[in-house]
Amino acid sequence: MIDELEEIAQREQEAARQFPHTINVCVAAGCLSNRGDKVLEALQGEVKARGLEGRCRARGVGCMGLCCQGPLVAVVSGGRPTMYQTVTPEDAPALVDSLEGEPVRRLLLPTDQPFFSRQTKIVLENSGAIDPERIEDYVAAGGYSSLFKVLAMMSPTEVIDEVHRSGLRGRGGAGYPTGLKWSTVAKASGENKFVICNADEGDPGAFMDRSVLESDPHRVLEGMAIAAYAVGAKYGYIYVRAEYPLAIKRLEKALRQANQMGALGRRVGRMTFDFSVDLRLGAGAFVCGEETALIASIEGKRGQPRARPPYPAERGLWGHSTLINNVETFANIPSIIRHGGAWLASIGTEKSKGTKVFALAGRIKNTGLIEVPMGIRLRDIIYDIGGGVVGDGRFKAVQTGGPSGGCIPAPFLDMPVDYESLAEVVSIMGSGGMIVLDDTSSMVDVARYFMEFSMSESCGKCVPCRVGTVQMHGLLTKIARGEGTAGDVALLEELSDMVRNTSLCGLGIAAPNPVLSTLKHFRNEYDALLKG
Amino acid sequence: MPQEVRIRTLTIDGRPVGAREGETILQVARENGIAIPTLCHLDGLGPIGACRMCLVEIAGSRRLLPACVTPVAEGMEVKTDSERLRKYRRMVLEFLFSERNHICSVCVSNGHCELQSFAQQHGVTSVRVPYLHPRLEVDATHRRFVVDHNRCILCTRCVRVCDEIEGAHTWDVMARGWQSRVITDLAQEWGTSESCTSCGKCVHVCPTGALFEKDKSVAEMVKRRQFLPYLKQMREPRE
Repeated sequence: MIDELEEIAQREQEAARQFPHTINVCVAAGCLSNRGDKVLEALQGEVKARGLEGRCRARGVGCMGLCCQGPLVAVVSGGRPTMYQTVTPEDAPALVDSLEGEPVRRLLLPTDQPFFSRQTKIVLENSGAIDPERIEDYVAAGGYSSLFKVLAMMSPTEVIDEVHRSGLRGRGGAGYPTGLKWSTVAKASGENKFVICNADEGDPGAFMDRSVLESDPHRVLEGMAIAAYAVGAKYGYIYVRAEYPLAIKRLEKALRQANQMGALGRRVGRMTFDFSVDLRLGAGAFVCGEETALIASIEGKRGQPRARPPYPAERGLWGHSTLINNVETFANIPSIIRHGGAWLASIGTEKSKGTKVFALAGRIKNTGLIEVPMGIRLRDIIYDIGGGVVGDGRFKAVQTGGPSGGCIPAPFLDMPVDYESLAEVVSIMGSGGMIVLDDTSSMVDVARYFMEFSMSESCGKCVPCRVGTVQMHGLLTKIARGEGTAGDVALLEELSDMVRNTSLCGLGIAAPNPVLSTLKHFRNEYDALLKG
Repeated sequence: MPQEVRIRTLTIDGRPVGAREGETILQVARENGIAIPTLCHLDGLGPIGACRMCLVEIAGSRRLLPACVTPVAEGMEVKTDSERLRKYRRMVLEFLFSERNHICSVCVSNGHCELQSFAQQHGVTSVRVPYLHPRLEVDATHRRFVVDHNRCILCTRCVRVCDEIEGAHTWDVMARGWQSRVITDLAQEWGTSESCTSCGKCVHVCPTGALFEKDKSVAEMVKRRQFLPYLKQMREPRE
């Protein structure tokens, strides 16, 4: 089977060599909403009209990262890419002209800027470089070779050891060691085990998983299949939110292709390993990103969390031992197998290994998607890669971890970005949303916004979260209106403490975080709004 | 062959107790006469750990754990009462009182309401958070029973007894967060429900005056739950 992969890869590379020029147009959600599809059509039309089909191909690729400058186009001639920004369909003739001449200066996007040069791409290595709707493209980039290597040459224990060695931790936010999770599921008893990919990304301002699924869906499938082999599972589910139609479409296509090629399904790679994957769509509840609620939802029940333990590793989907990891976690796996666990462990900090994908949003110049090594300073992300604060405002804070996270103020900008450091400043790594706030934002409003989110997304099962979020939201509204008293702030703190310590699931436990972190770092803003 | 039973020993409030593996902290505490307050839990129904009244402290764990769903472990040191736990329990009760409309003096369950009793036991004499007082409907379309959503604390005992014991699954929960509401069938009037067998079990497991029988006075509307442990016992597989 590995030979067949190599054959496909060679055929693809040969086919690519036929074309002196390749025009890559981003067709992930960000650029698509800026008419990226029309740009692609126009370029293809222009190439055809000039009879250049034999020398140039124009194709859709995944996200190239700098979403704010979309639609992005990369013209690759002789292996060297030239990037263009804010391309419109009307620019097509000029771009095709440039194939044999000078680059189009007015659209040039310099790639020697820190936004590109300071990133380390593992999860996103194929994003923007391959056509996400063609399995052959993925194979040509080395795809599925890790899976077949594992099946042919490694025992499940060896796979788990490799993941252990990599030091990879869950990228969904909590940072649980992935190798440990896999080994507990592998040890659990039972014939029917499940592997679930959590793609119910729901934090406001976060779009990492969506982008990975839209840009490189096969990488996630490959990671899941390797996991299934390691833990002894035959069935897998991808739980993806219905609000991601493009990701769903590309996943469906990827599943069909992988089944056809024998990378999924019965007797994967003609070995005695079966693994079939199904999609399940979330119906719009944030809480379904919590693993026990997600499992209940797949089972067809009301999506509500239940008390842990037992953890899904012990009793998960339909009572069977279940491995559940996030999209980005699975997307790391093929690279870990290809380059070895020690390689990933060489990147990052002592306790946080590898890279992390972040979605930059808010009052920052370069909004988009980045992948950086763990331990990078916040300042480097925001000022170097992100280009600093947009407009005339001054940097005030960066919000990480969505409604479960907190706001980190300027004095902590030199802090390394890793799981432990972020927790120290009452925030969390979270799934990777980073929202930059400038001095036009009121931190009380920010806390209130996230509390409103938690309030309307609380499932209603346990009392502290169901009622506590409403009461905290009420107090924050009162304070924001300038009607609050010192007693209200004290009560707010008391409620935060209670909700944090008594709620049933992570959503409730973390719901007070935006309040606690803004109270810790920006208490003066609360005080300034108090009455009398 | 007798079935193998594994025994665990632990301490609850300093008292050494023995337990069978798989038993919950709540079960063992009650067997030993140690009271832990519960609202959503009811003997005979599947536990859900939702009301958070039964949270206990466990030595060596930062997290508070719900006694109703936490299995015992060897050497566990459980504390069922502390200043901190009492404070949190009072706040749970305050939250419940603030969430809907619990005016005892005009409630058919006055004097035999679990929420009211707990408030008295835990010294909740006032509620420090604002009352949300939503105006919810009262469904009196059923021939014999009434559901008053204003008194509901969303413990879902009715949902569970109807599903687990009666097997009708007439009740369920709709919407989420504080907008949640118990519903009959697909959120239609109770009187038009086709799955309801009118057994009345839901009424009698309800801890408050949210579910009650028509034409009953306060004194007559005392809930009777004796059937539940009996039914459960009779359904246990025998050797």
